[in-house]
Amino acid sequence: MAIETTQVEIPEDMELVYAPPESLTEAYTHYCPGCTHGVIHRLVAEVLDELDVRERSIGIAPVGCSVLAYNYFNVDMAEAAHGRAPAMATGLKRVSPDKVVFTYQGDGDLASIGIGEIVYVANRGEHFTTIFVNNAIYGMTGGQMAPTTLPGQVTTSSPTGRDVQAAGFPMHMAELLGGLPGAVYVTRQSALDVRSIRKAKQAIKLAFQAQLAGLGFSMVEILSTCNINWHMGVQEAMDWAKKEMVDFYPLGDTKMTDEVKALKEGK
Amino acid sequence: MAKELLEGNAAIAEAAIRAGIEAFYGYPITPQTEILEHFSERMPELGRVFLQAESEIASINMVYGAACAGARVMSSSSSPGISLMQEGISYIACSEVPAVLINIMRGGPGLGNVQPSQGDYFQAVKTAGHGDFHMIVLAPANVQEAIDYVVLAFDLADKYRTIAMVVADGSIGQMMEPAELPPMRPVRSPEERADWALTGAKGRDPNIITSLYLGAEKLEEVNLRLQAKLKEIAANEVRWKEYETEDADLLLLAFGTVGRVCQTVVREARAEGIKVGLLRPVTLWPFPSARLAELSEQVRGILVVEMNAGQMLEDVRLAVEGRCPISFYGRMGGPVPLPDEILPELEKLDAETAAGRG
Repeated sequence: MAIETTQVEIPEDMELVYAPPESLTEAYTHYCPGCTHGVIHRLVAEVLDELDVRERSIGIAPVGCSVLAYNYFNVDMAEAAHGRAPAMATGLKRVSPDKVVFTYQGDGDLASIGIGEIVYVANRGEHFTTIFVNNAIYGMTGGQMAPTTLPGQVTTSSPTGRDVQAAGFPMHMAELLGGLPGAVYVTRQSALDVRSIRKAKQAIKLAFQAQLAGLGFSMVEILSTCNINWHMGVQEAMDWAKKEMVDFYPLGDTKMTDEVKALKEGK
Repeated sequence: MAKELLEGNAAIAEAAIRAGIEAFYGYPITPQTEILEHFSERMPELGRVFLQAESEIASINMVYGAACAGARVMSSSSSPGISLMQEGISYIACSEVPAVLINIMRGGPGLGNVQPSQGDYFQAVKTAGHGDFHMIVLAPANVQEAIDYVVLAFDLADKYRTIAMVVADGSIGQMMEPAELPPMRPVRSPEERADWALTGAKGRDPNIITSLYLGAEKLEEVNLRLQAKLKEIAANEVRWKEYETEDADLLLLAFGTVGRVCQTVVREARAEGIKVGLLRPVTLWPFPSARLAELSEQVRGILVVEMNAGQMLEDVRLAVEGRCPISFYGRMGGPVPLPDEILPELEKLDAETAAGRG
């Protein structure tokens, strides 16, 4: 099956002033209208371009909505089993120390089935970067309760709202991983408006810079929306996430070593 | 190189090192932990990768990742640990990246015990993971063969871009006997990694390694390609050993440790005047069915001996297709069948089939 592309002819009397990053392919994504995955893919791709590392980057796709991320990133990629991308990235990076390696994972993948793997890579300080997209729901399977589903949030497997007494409490991954010694940079950002998207990109760039400097494990958690499975309009979903999710999952760095701080300040 | 007194598990690890392994990822479990311990000492001193993973699930996925990078890589475990690896094994098989695994089998089911067993024959040969695939499965009967088959496993895994597993039991893993290690091969440099490997898309389109094919026709196409490869392996890579089969009226069939015990049974039975031979499969998959079918035309009966409830027995029946009677003797949970137990079973088969071939 050929991948449909977004490629368009540029008319002769027009000049190209803005183009997609080279680190993205020209394929149309399968993401739902209103989904923030496309934005976050682009941020990662722009960073790979800006750091000029596309040709030595290797990505690991998860199981979840971004399972087909390997069709969209214009870099070498592998597709992991559910939750195991960090273990794959570990095995790969250890035999390819000169490559730039990243995993791209959702909340079910990273915070539920794969929580063992992500905790251990953070603790060992594996030299790769994880992009963690938290939209508080299982999107691909149709809107079930995720490890990050908010208390009281209605999903198809918590039809009366998440009851924390029965289902347990949502996982705060940035706080959990930021507390581990091998992690050098862990931050929670959001992709809910222009301002937060620009901040998220800066964080992604710093995370990759920390990897390039050989400092240790870096992760950027990004609060995102799933308007389809939240049963909301696009703007309504953005507003809900800004109010409810940001309130429950505070934005900001949970770990930044002095070395990363120096990188950030351009020292 | 001269023979040295070597312990099976350490010899397996050292053989992999000599074969040019670049990375080992594993998790401790008896009776194979000495493999991991040997790597933990040797790999860092050789500048290669050793990592004790947090679980067998992580181990197999680290193997998967390194294999995607085109590195020579392996893990080892024992029965319950292999069960945990099965999801990853299936992904590796579908993704067609080369990897080597060792299973030093222990008694099961469940936590079982740490005694020698062949209880994972089905798992290794038939149910290595979900979906339609087989691993190449090699079964050594002594420390020398363990060394040789580990090296062979790497070469076969590379040749066919598949998983090769060496299955032995704790008695081979932990016994010491004289054996010869192969010379040290150079480690493949990163520049020599295969063109399908994930090495960074420099001057070429990106390489993608996946086991996901959403379209029905596409996944069928992938399966047909995998099946064609398995057929090629089955045609080219069947290996077995035979002892005294030339004039045999009866045939013993056994693999691994108990295959070695059966060599003694052949000697003792022949001293009594029973003309018995031994067929010892070296590859459990692909199984030496064609040779067994030939021998089943020649002999009056077959005795299958295993350290399980009769797992290889099913493949023997499929190959023999009723051409001669088949009897079975097995022990489970740790006891290794000894010549004194096997010989009477053979005498019984001899008496029952004395009238000759029907």
